[in-house]
Amino acid sequence: MTVLPLERLAAPDPRRQVLRGVNAGERAYRGILTVLAVLLPLLLVALVSELVASAWPAIRRFGLPFLWTSVWDPVAGVFGAAPMIFGTLASSLIALLLAVPLALGVAIFLTEFAPAWLRQPVAFLVELLAAIPSVVYGLWGIFVLIPFLRAYVVPPLRAALGWTPFFDGVFYGNSLLAGGMILAIMIVPYIAAVSREVLLAVPPSQREAAFGMGATRWEAVWTAVVPYGRAGLIGAVILGLGRALGETMAVTMLIGNRHDIGLSVLQPAYTMAAAIANEFSEATTDLYLSALFEVGLVLFVITVVVNAAARLLIWRVARGTAVGSRAL
Amino acid sequence: MAPPVDARLELEAVRLTALYGRRAVVTDVSILFPAHTVTAVIGPSGCGKSTFLRCLNRMHELSEGGWVTGQVLLDGADIYDPGVDPVRLRRRVGMVFQRPTPFPTMSIHDNVAAGLRVNGRRARTDVDAAVERALRQAALWDEVKDRLRSSALALSGGQQQRLCIARALAPEPEVLLLDEPTASLDPAGTQRIEELCHELKGSYTIVIVTHNLQQAARISDYTAFFYLGELVEVDRTEALFTKPAAERTEAYITGRFG
Repeated sequence: MTVLPLERLAAPDPRRQVLRGVNAGERAYRGILTVLAVLLPLLLVALVSELVASAWPAIRRFGLPFLWTSVWDPVAGVFGAAPMIFGTLASSLIALLLAVPLALGVAIFLTEFAPAWLRQPVAFLVELLAAIPSVVYGLWGIFVLIPFLRAYVVPPLRAALGWTPFFDGVFYGNSLLAGGMILAIMIVPYIAAVSREVLLAVPPSQREAAFGMGATRWEAVWTAVVPYGRAGLIGAVILGLGRALGETMAVTMLIGNRHDIGLSVLQPAYTMAAAIANEFSEATTDLYLSALFEVGLVLFVITVVVNAAARLLIWRVARGTAVGSRAL
Repeated sequence: MAPPVDARLELEAVRLTALYGRRAVVTDVSILFPAHTVTAVIGPSGCGKSTFLRCLNRMHELSEGGWVTGQVLLDGADIYDPGVDPVRLRRRVGMVFQRPTPFPTMSIHDNVAAGLRVNGRRARTDVDAAVERALRQAALWDEVKDRLRSSALALSGGQQQRLCIARALAPEPEVLLLDEPTASLDPAGTQRIEELCHELKGSYTIVIVTHNLQQAARISDYTAFFYLGELVEVDRTEALFTKPAAERTEAYITGRFG
C-alpha cells in the first residue's frame, strides 16, 4: 500500500472533475416523476379530507347510530343509512354468489378445456362485456331482464322457496334480485379475465404432474391448477366485489330505491351509490347534503376495508407459494 | 442385440414414431422393456428420448400437435387402441419429471394422497396406510414422518423429487417412467434416487431417461442409445458399455460427441 502525499488528496484532482456533474435531463425527468408520484396520494388525502369535512355536520348530529338506524326523513332532518348499507352489501353478495361460479367456470373452460381456436374469441367477447356502459345495462335490465325474471325465474323460485323469508312477498320487478343479477353480469368479465390470467400463469409442469399420476382434466384442474393459483383467484373475486360495491347507474335503475331493510330478494332495496346519485340534486338542506356526504364516506371506508382485507387474505394464502398473486 | 426373452414382456414399443405436426422427433423405434428391470435411455440432448418416454404413457399427445404412429404394448395390449382411456393407462404407468413438481399448496401427506385421490380411493385409514407405504418405498418416510402436515415446499430438492416418486408410486402402478429425475439434484440427492431405482425394480418395471452415462451404467440392466430420434442400439448395460455394436454408440459413450 502506498501512502499518498497529503497535498494530492486535498487538491481537486482534475481527472475526477471530468467525471462529476449530473445529466440535467436526467435530473428534470426524475423531478417530474417524483412530483407526479407524490401528487396521486395527495389527491387521495384531499378527497378524503373534503369528504370528512362535508360530512362533518351529519357526523356530529347523528354520531355512530347513523350506521344502524333506518329513518331517512329529509323533511324532519333525520337520517340513518342502515338500509343503504344493507342494500349495498346484499346486492354485492348476490352478485358474487352468481358471478363467481360463472366467471371461474368461463376462465377454467378457456384455459383448460376449450379448443385452441375458440379461446381467444371467447375471451375477447367476455372482456367486451366490460365495455358496455352501465346505463345500457340498466336499460337492458328494465326491458329484458326484469320481464324475463317475472315470467320464468320468479314463479318457480317462489314455488320452491316461497316459504323462506328470502323469497317472500310480491315481485314487482325492481328488486334486490334484479339489481344483484345485473351486478353479477357486470362483474363477470372482470373476474373471468383476471382468473384467466392467473390460470394461464400456472406452470404447465403442474398440469403434467397431475396428468402423469392419472388425473382426468377435471381432477388436474382441482388438484393442481386451481390450488396453485388460489391467491390470484381470490384477488380476482375481490376485484369484482370492489366493482359491485361502487356500481351506481345500472343498480339505481333496477333495485327499486326503497329505503327499507328486508330479507326478501324479491323486494326493492337501496344502495349507497344509488342514494347519492338519486338524491344529490334534491338535497335542499345543508344537513341533507351532509348526510349524503357521510353515506359517500361510509361507502369509501367499506371499499377500503374490503380491499385491505383482500390484500391480507392474498398475502396469507400466498405465503409459502407466492405464486398466482404475481398475476395481480 | 435385443434383450433375451426370459422375463414376461411388460412393455414393448413396436415401430413407434412420435411427431409434432408433420415433424417426426422419434422414428420407427421398436424396443422391449422386460418386467422388473431398469432400462436406461441415453443419448445427446434433443435426440427424442424424453419424447419417446412420454409416448409410453400417452403424455406426448397432450403436447401441442403431438401424435404417434405404431404401437406400445402393455402386457400385450396396445395402449393406443381407440378404446383405451389414457387416464386409466397413466394410473398403471406412473411418471416422474425432470424437475420436482410437488403441489405447492398441499402438505407432504396430501401430495402423496393426491395420487390416490384421483384414483378414487377415499377411506381415511386406507389413504394413511397407502401414503406411508409409498413414502417408505420412496425412502422418504423416516425424514418426513414427524411433519407430514407441513408444506411440501419445506423439503429440499432431492426430498421433493423423492416425494414425487412416492406420489407416482401411491396408486401402485406397474411401470415407472423417470425423465431425468436427477437432473436438478445435487450429488447426494442423485445417489439416493439411484439407490431407490435399485430397490424399486423388484416391484416395478422402470424406464429412466438420463443424460448421465455413469448413472446409466450404475443403475440399469439394459441401456438404449438414441440418436436423432432413432434407436441406435439396445443391449444389456455392461455389454453396451464394454463392446457396443454400433460405431455411433461407441463414439458417444467414449465422449467423442454429445
